[in-house]
Amino acid sequence: MITTDILIIGAGPTGLFAVFEAGLLKLKCHLIDALPQPGGQCSEIYPKKPIYDIPAFPEVLAGDLVDNLMKQIEPFQPGFTLGERAQTIEKQEDDTFIVTTNKGTKHHAPIVAIAGGLGSFEPRKPILENITQFEDKGVEYIIRDPEIYRNKRVIIAGGGDSALDWSIFLSDVASEVTLVHRRNEFRGALDSVEKVQELKNQGKITLITPAEITALSGNDHLESVKVKRGEEEKEIEVDHFIPLFGLAPKLGPIADWGLEIEKNAIKVNNSLDYQTNIPGIYAIGDVNTYPGKLKLILCGFHEATLMCQSAYQRIFPDKRYVMKYTTVGGVTGFDGSKKEAPKAVVKAIE
Amino acid sequence: MSDITIHITDREGTTHTVEAPTDMNMNLMEIVRSYELAPEGTIGVCGGMAMCASCQCYVESDHELPEISDDEDAMLAEAFYVEDNSRLGCQIHMHPALDGLKVRLAPES
Repeated sequence: MITTDILIIGAGPTGLFAVFEAGLLKLKCHLIDALPQPGGQCSEIYPKKPIYDIPAFPEVLAGDLVDNLMKQIEPFQPGFTLGERAQTIEKQEDDTFIVTTNKGTKHHAPIVAIAGGLGSFEPRKPILENITQFEDKGVEYIIRDPEIYRNKRVIIAGGGDSALDWSIFLSDVASEVTLVHRRNEFRGALDSVEKVQELKNQGKITLITPAEITALSGNDHLESVKVKRGEEEKEIEVDHFIPLFGLAPKLGPIADWGLEIEKNAIKVNNSLDYQTNIPGIYAIGDVNTYPGKLKLILCGFHEATLMCQSAYQRIFPDKRYVMKYTTVGGVTGFDGSKKEAPKAVVKAIE
Repeated sequence: MSDITIHITDREGTTHTVEAPTDMNMNLMEIVRSYELAPEGTIGVCGGMAMCASCQCYVESDHELPEISDDEDAMLAEAFYVEDNSRLGCQIHMHPALDGLKVRLAPES
């Protein structure tokens, strides 16, 4: 069981900055995120896009913003459960919470802060009638263990980096790799596109473009797929079909936690502290809604800050505290590091 | 007046005739969101960068639209329910020449 003071669900910019504000109050944080890396949308969808509305940064790349936040929170040694989705929450008798992920990892904390953005990123599934029937029986949307494809016949669909990169990787593992895309053009790193071209020329990857998979068949396990190219349709025998059409956020299991939901977002008390209808559970950043809500990173930072003050009062109801400026109090990390303003020199001039 | 009129058929099949400003650098996805013609979180997920296809729509009038950029084209190549008249709403900026535009929102995927 992982224990912490504030359990943050979602490691996007808002969740990461909450670690800093909590750290100033000597509260420890642990973050859960469905993606394998921190940063949320900034890392997953647009790491190379510039953001222009972060105060005091005339321009910052989304990926750099995440790197800077990670650096800023480093002294507060946050824990991470990455690549796992928060699945269930159980309120304990002492008003604390246990949150369990889809992989069974348990986390215990007096405060839960949901900073889940638009939800956890789930693979986008192609529209094929019986696709759910073959999930984990030959159809995988995410490659977890490449070894299961050893000496198997694999067909990959998609036109982005993951389709290219996995085609390259599996060309050394699988007995046959076929890559199907609706266009002749691929959108990916130039290196990857050139490498696929080379492997195609060597006969290690079969490329079928412009084409798409139109049907799946098999009994207990996937046995073949139908590929349509122009007017021509043919059946290809395969062991695995891997559709790689990117990820889309879904609110997911959080929607069933008994929280008040409005417009696909969690309703919070915005005049006070961004707490939800369940005391001890807060929602901050893009995941929450209240009158006048704006889904902006800078608003998420503000919400995270107020949430931490309220969390402190909830954990220590009898302690007195006033907010301190970092310029006055400095930043003392849990790792023993200390940052503070240099002392002014007081010296007589003779 | 810098407003134009556009006709948007939502995912339930209801057509809404709405006024859209042309002087606020708004795109079609944002117009749909401003009139709440699709639930929040199901449209404009990437914010309007042609990176998610949640604002895909079918253009049903013969207005001349901006050319499809490489980014939009690549995204449409990976989207579902794509038709010949598919476009990403976020790439269609409101402009006086688009007065009377007719579009239908693609299903959520």
